[in-house]
Amino acid sequence: MTSAPAIELKGISKAFGPVQANKDISIRVMPGTIHGIIGENGAGKSTLMSILYGFYKADKGEIFIGGKKTLIPDSQAAIAAGIGMVFQHFKLVENFTVLENIILGAEDGALLRPSLAKARQSLTDLASEYGLDVDPDAIVENLSVGHQQRVEILKALYRQADILILDEPTGVLTPTEADQLFRILNRLREEGKTIILITHKLREIMDTTDTVSVMRRGEMTATVKTSETSPAGLAELMVGRKVLLQVDKVPAKVGATVLEVENLSVIDDKGVERVKGISLDVKAGEILGIAGVAGNGQSELLEVLGGITSGTGIIRVNGQDIDLTGKFSDGRSRRARGIAHVPEDRQREGLIMDYMAWENTAFGYHHDPAYQSGILMNNAAIRADTEAKMQRFDVRPPNPKLTAKNFSGGNQQKIVLAREIERNPDLLLIGQPTRGVDIGAIEFIHKQIVALRDQGKAILLVSVELDEIFVLSDRVAVMFDGKIMGFRDPAQTDEKELGLMMAGIVEEAA
Amino acid sequence: MEKMPAWADAVLVPLISLLLAAILSALVIIGIGEDPIAAVKLMVQGSLGSTYGWGYTLYYATNFMFTGLAVSVAFHARMFNIGGEGQAMLGGLGVAIVCLYMPWPHWSLALIFATISSAAFGAAWAFLPAYLQAKRGSHIVITTIMFNFIAAALLNYLLVNVMRPAGAMDPATAKFPEATHLPTLHDMLAPFGIAFSKAAPANVSLIVAIIACVAVYFLIWRTKLGYEIRAFGHSESGAKYAGISPVKITVIAMLISGGLAGMMATNNVMGESERLIMNATEGAGFIGIAVALMGRSHPLGVFLAAILFGFLYQGGAELALWTSIPRELIVVIQALVILFTGALDNMVRMPLEKLFLMFRKGDA
Repeated sequence: MTSAPAIELKGISKAFGPVQANKDISIRVMPGTIHGIIGENGAGKSTLMSILYGFYKADKGEIFIGGKKTLIPDSQAAIAAGIGMVFQHFKLVENFTVLENIILGAEDGALLRPSLAKARQSLTDLASEYGLDVDPDAIVENLSVGHQQRVEILKALYRQADILILDEPTGVLTPTEADQLFRILNRLREEGKTIILITHKLREIMDTTDTVSVMRRGEMTATVKTSETSPAGLAELMVGRKVLLQVDKVPAKVGATVLEVENLSVIDDKGVERVKGISLDVKAGEILGIAGVAGNGQSELLEVLGGITSGTGIIRVNGQDIDLTGKFSDGRSRRARGIAHVPEDRQREGLIMDYMAWENTAFGYHHDPAYQSGILMNNAAIRADTEAKMQRFDVRPPNPKLTAKNFSGGNQQKIVLAREIERNPDLLLIGQPTRGVDIGAIEFIHKQIVALRDQGKAILLVSVELDEIFVLSDRVAVMFDGKIMGFRDPAQTDEKELGLMMAGIVEEAA
Repeated sequence: MEKMPAWADAVLVPLISLLLAAILSALVIIGIGEDPIAAVKLMVQGSLGSTYGWGYTLYYATNFMFTGLAVSVAFHARMFNIGGEGQAMLGGLGVAIVCLYMPWPHWSLALIFATISSAAFGAAWAFLPAYLQAKRGSHIVITTIMFNFIAAALLNYLLVNVMRPAGAMDPATAKFPEATHLPTLHDMLAPFGIAFSKAAPANVSLIVAIIACVAVYFLIWRTKLGYEIRAFGHSESGAKYAGISPVKITVIAMLISGGLAGMMATNNVMGESERLIMNATEGAGFIGIAVALMGRSHPLGVFLAAILFGFLYQGGAELALWTSIPRELIVVIQALVILFTGALDNMVRMPLEKLFLMFRKGDA
């Protein structure tokens, strides 16, 4: 051992009521390395980093920075100790310039001008030192997401951070932007900075980190050298059992066209055109995957197909027109036409979080005659149906009377999936099927989607996870800025090409 | 995992809040030099100690049941209907029209039609604010408050200029005909050999209120409409996803709410004063908010909270009558109860939740 660890945590514990979020966690992060922390949602990664950044106070345990025992009661102390944090959701003032954002909270005196001048100078230095080019006078809201993230990193570096914590940094980036980010991180490492990378993506861990720690249910289950492990090994450590990362799929038996979309446009409440005249079709027995960076019109496409918002253009299901603006342009009419919809945001749309599981099983289908007895709802019948569905979809705990918010993300998603898939729809719209879902459940959900396709149903999948698009899709469409950049066969394309298309660049096939 | 057992949530929290309000009230009474224990005795004696007292307590409670239910139904759709007062005033107009201008052979028929008419008038008064909220986004709290003033002005105009009998001095309608007079609890209990005070105003509309409680229970928890109202109240985006029209639910929930508030007039206008007078509602529309908060928008809770507030109202009147405690102090006590049971709910709830967690840890 040549030098003291940049960060050492000893026996950190933190409980929220009866929930033990962190249990006796010890970890050593050596200076000049990229250290990955991986784990499922709710494994305690964010709690641990919040303790390190002074948001929470640990119940037990000690923190050593550069070998010295350090108390971190608040984020000021964390910054003083040389820790910088890049949050998943950026904390930038959108209508300020880059420079103004950088000095925010680190102004030297009452007058801004000297601070701004100093910041401009050091920004130039930082840019040349680490390859972090950003126009200091640009207004933040006009920057791309990738550049906004750079501003966050610059903010930390301007405050003399030696240790940089990044929380799920690639969630909002295109693959190209993610590559650029990792190049910057490598550069920072070469300059001697220490980086902690929190993520749930196995590939990022494998590609960039030197060491990786795995968390499961509040405990640190392992810390290994990245070069001595494999994705499958890490997945097993995360979940606690063997996981299949790939779904076995027989070739698609494509049938008649189920969904036809022609020249569909959607204008949102603010008058912005979100979907710009797109056309596509989905056939029976195939999965059409829509790839794209979040916010390029995929959500609006799903919503208009699901009857939540209105649009202009033509949508046909099984050859018959769908009402897009009139009396029958709502979710209930869509369901009656054999369209099931697993929405992107199960907590805001797919479920009523304060409803019990059985009430949620009737959600959207509460007019079903099987759920009525006279003018009242037949609650007993709905509960029995829920119990059966929970059984088949392995929802845990299988208790129809438990409130939706008390299920884990994966089990909430299974409740939604069970409700929609078991309706035996002709067309399934499914958005971000595994967002916030643990690895064990991902496997199950993917299998259910493929099984539905094998029954000859048409499936329109929207996902920002390229891995998921590749695993599930029979055809891929890439959306950028409300338009479809093109269709590709997943077997004949790669991440690089799709990544470029997601950034709006189409290379004409040579 | 739920933090507390359901019984603690529904019973313990309001009881502790009530106790805190009582202690603070006692301190205030001591502060003005009166004996709080004697005051409590007087309140209980005056409101629950005789059938006369009960008659008044239940009369007030009937009013509060209607307005409490009205606020509750709107709450389930996440709307704050502060217009119960105005809707109840208009309900009075509906009752007066039915009783004055139509001949009735028997009170029961008159009651049925007066109930329908009062509900229709109350609902109509809630319609415009509901429509404005649903279509234009005008906030329902603002519009319903404004509609209270409009209702008062409208009634003022009608009573002074249109409905006042010729030669009468006060702004009120003529006495309703004999056939529309509702039986009081005295009349209803006499056949069973129970002697109930003849002077007390509690009447058959108490039964209507209890039926309304049961009906609201079934509406909210057992029908599709109630399911949609609650879903919309929890999450508008979720409702849209499920194909529930926000406009439709907003309007329907407010119509039901206004109708329930309007139905209060069968008690105070038809049952008690037997004519329509100015300010017949006496603030019951606002008490309904407290009743709904304390009753946690559940009909059973509303029923119990309405009786509690009936007790406070009647007991307070007795206190003002027999002691030097001023009438205003009664308002203070009522305000404290509202404050603790409604606004400061979490102050009691959170420590209690922690306590239960500690016990549970002890078990484990």
